Amino acid sequence: MLTLSNDLRDTMVATCIRALPDEGCGLLLGTSEGPDAVVTEIVASENMAHSAKVYEIDSRVLLRAFRRADDEPIEVLGVFHSHTHSPAYPSPTDVKQAPDPAWHYVLVSLRDLPTVVKSYKIANGDVLEEDVIDPTNDVGGAHG
Amino acid sequence: MAAVLRIPTVLRPAMGGATTVTVEGATIGEVLQTLTTTYPAIKGQLLNDDGTLHRFLNVYINDDDVRYLGGVDAPVANDDEITLLPAVAGGAA
Repeated sequence: MLTLSNDLRDTMVATCIRALPDEGCGLLLGTSEGPDAVVTEIVASENMAHSAKVYEIDSRVLLRAFRRADDEPIEVLGVFHSHTHSPAYPSPTDVKQAPDPAWHYVLVSLRDLPTVVKSYKIANGDVLEEDVIDPTNDVGGAHG
Repeated sequence: MAAVLRIPTVLRPAMGGATTVTVEGATIGEVLQTLTTTYPAIKGQLLNDDGTLHRFLNVYINDDDVRYLGGVDAPVANDDEITLLPAVAGGAA
């Protein structure tokens, strides 16, 4: 389960919209307990691939995030990126290149309105969707 | 030259669980070749068959990505800190 506030969700979607026509991307920082995580910060990255079909996180953004995780009580929880014309589901490229089975992979689909945000665990080629919960909601998931 | 290398979480199981290791080499290429000799299981994740850096690996000397320092030819100085991180990439393609 991924806990993501509506404010941070909006920040993530805004990052993806600003990146258009390219895919937008960034990192999720926060805390985790077992398979569950709480996102406390969205770190936007330039898409170094400058493409509407692929993304790559800026290596300097990545290094800064991991350095902070060494020094502060936060973790690099995972990554988000947008699909501009396809559903919020990991592509074969996303699955093949998923760097860490412990990470949370958030997909933002800008294909339709309202924008769709979903989160997945990707391990050994298997994709498993997880719940995304807004902490300000008592029950249910985050609905944009 | 002896430098400290920080190991990313995903490579630790194949490298005995350590978070850092002291490495020897005058260039990043030499350092990574030495690592693959010590830990053969990670060879395919560090270097290509032709000795160039693997596409999905980021290697830093201190705060700099070695892609901007000459790739595998980037010089390593005594007491440098080398960091390995998986490249984070993907997309709808």
